Amino acid sequence: MNRMQQSVDSTQAIAESDAVAVERTLAGDRDAYRVLVERHSHNIFRLAYRMTGNRHDAEEVVQEAFLRGYQKLGQFAARSNFGTWVYRIAANYAIDRMRQRQKEEARREMPRTQDGDGMENDPLTRVKDEAPTPERLTQSIELRKQMEQALAALTEAERTAFVMRHWEGCGIEEIAAVLKSSSNATKNTVFRAVQKLRHALQPIVETRAQARAMGTES
Amino acid sequence: MKHVTEEELIAYREGIAEQRAAISEHLAACKECRGELERIEAILAALDTLPVPEPGADYGRQVWREIAPRLAEKAGRWWQVWFEPRRLATAGAVVALIVAAFVAGRFTKRLNPPDNIANKEQVRERILVVAVGEHLGHTERMLVELSNAAPDEPAQKAVNISAEQRRAEDLLQENRLYRQTALQEGDAGLASVLDELERVLLDVAHSPDEVTPAQLEAIQKKIEARGILFKVRVVNKELQQRQEAPTPAPPQNDPTKRERNKV
Repeated sequence: MNRMQQSVDSTQAIAESDAVAVERTLAGDRDAYRVLVERHSHNIFRLAYRMTGNRHDAEEVVQEAFLRGYQKLGQFAARSNFGTWVYRIAANYAIDRMRQRQKEEARREMPRTQDGDGMENDPLTRVKDEAPTPERLTQSIELRKQMEQALAALTEAERTAFVMRHWEGCGIEEIAAVLKSSSNATKNTVFRAVQKLRHALQPIVETRAQARAMGTES
Repeated sequence: MKHVTEEELIAYREGIAEQRAAISEHLAACKECRGELERIEAILAALDTLPVPEPGADYGRQVWREIAPRLAEKAGRWWQVWFEPRRLATAGAVVALIVAAFVAGRFTKRLNPPDNIANKEQVRERILVVAVGEHLGHTERMLVELSNAAPDEPAQKAVNISAEQRRAEDLLQENRLYRQTALQEGDAGLASVLDELERVLLDVAHSPDEVTPAQLEAIQKKIEARGILFKVRVVNKELQQRQEAPTPAPPQNDPTKRERNKV
């Protein structure tokens, strides 16, 4: 059996097992929902973190998605995949959270300082570099900062479309359902997002590529 | 030769292009367009290096621990959620606030009809001030207890903080409610402190029931590093001052007063 067939079989098995857990939950077995929560939490967290950009909000999104999923489980009626369904609930809540966060940021008088999470997740602390020179460290920090700023400058719809398409590999129809938009408009949103990111990041990415090429030559 | 547009290249790269075969064919023959695609790919490759923190193998169980007490006995019936004991406590507090605001609003209306709107605003703010003050008091006590917690004996391997953890879970729900209310009321300073407090409460609520002395010290240092106890005390003090401040006198150019003076 090839790898793709194994993957399809495993996805089907999970969907079937999810359907059983949903039925048991609806029949009053609250613990059956635990299986669904434990199975899908990591995926939802990854989506939520990429959309909101911080761990605190991502954790809130995960919890709210499963709470809302539980409350609305009667509407789910096993007509689709539970993972996809709760994922959509999470994406919608993450959009609300991003809007709320933008309002908070706008109202906040003091500039936001780097919190513990930010440093903890800094790529510099994760990437094992044999000889990290101060210049390379500075460039990496600068690049990460610029990438986060470029993502933060996208509208909620653009960020959602980009995250769901580029990082999560969702279909255009699925993204359109979350954005309550048409397929064509959603494709345009993905395009605008990549275009904005490109314009914001191209100078620094090219400078780094040139510096790397020169370093290799010397 | 007509080149591929940026929009088409991005759609091609993201797998949503309609004329995929035609674009592939063009790219095979056109160095310029291949270069353009490589530049787009370089940006996307850089973005792919942005890390997503790994929440830990135990994360699914943590989420369940967090939400299980907030779930109704049976799924799908939305109204049942509100009959959960913990929800009832929060909902009770909200209902009490609304009733108090309504009664106070009616009362001030009778006393001074022209200042009705201004008074209602003041009453609403005062109710928020009192409720948040109480919440901050409870939170401060929990954080102080946690900051002062220590093993009973030097050789003790684990410290039980389950009581503080459960209190943090309860306070977390209240805190979220007050933060959202503060935002709606336009009190950005208060919302900001409540937001920071929420992160600390989340950390405590996510801690295991029993922690090693080293883990306890790490939690305590985190609380100390954020200076949250100090901020909570400062905000609570400000709220107390707001609470004690006299209600501003009605404006002097009140038209009803002028009417009365004429008579």
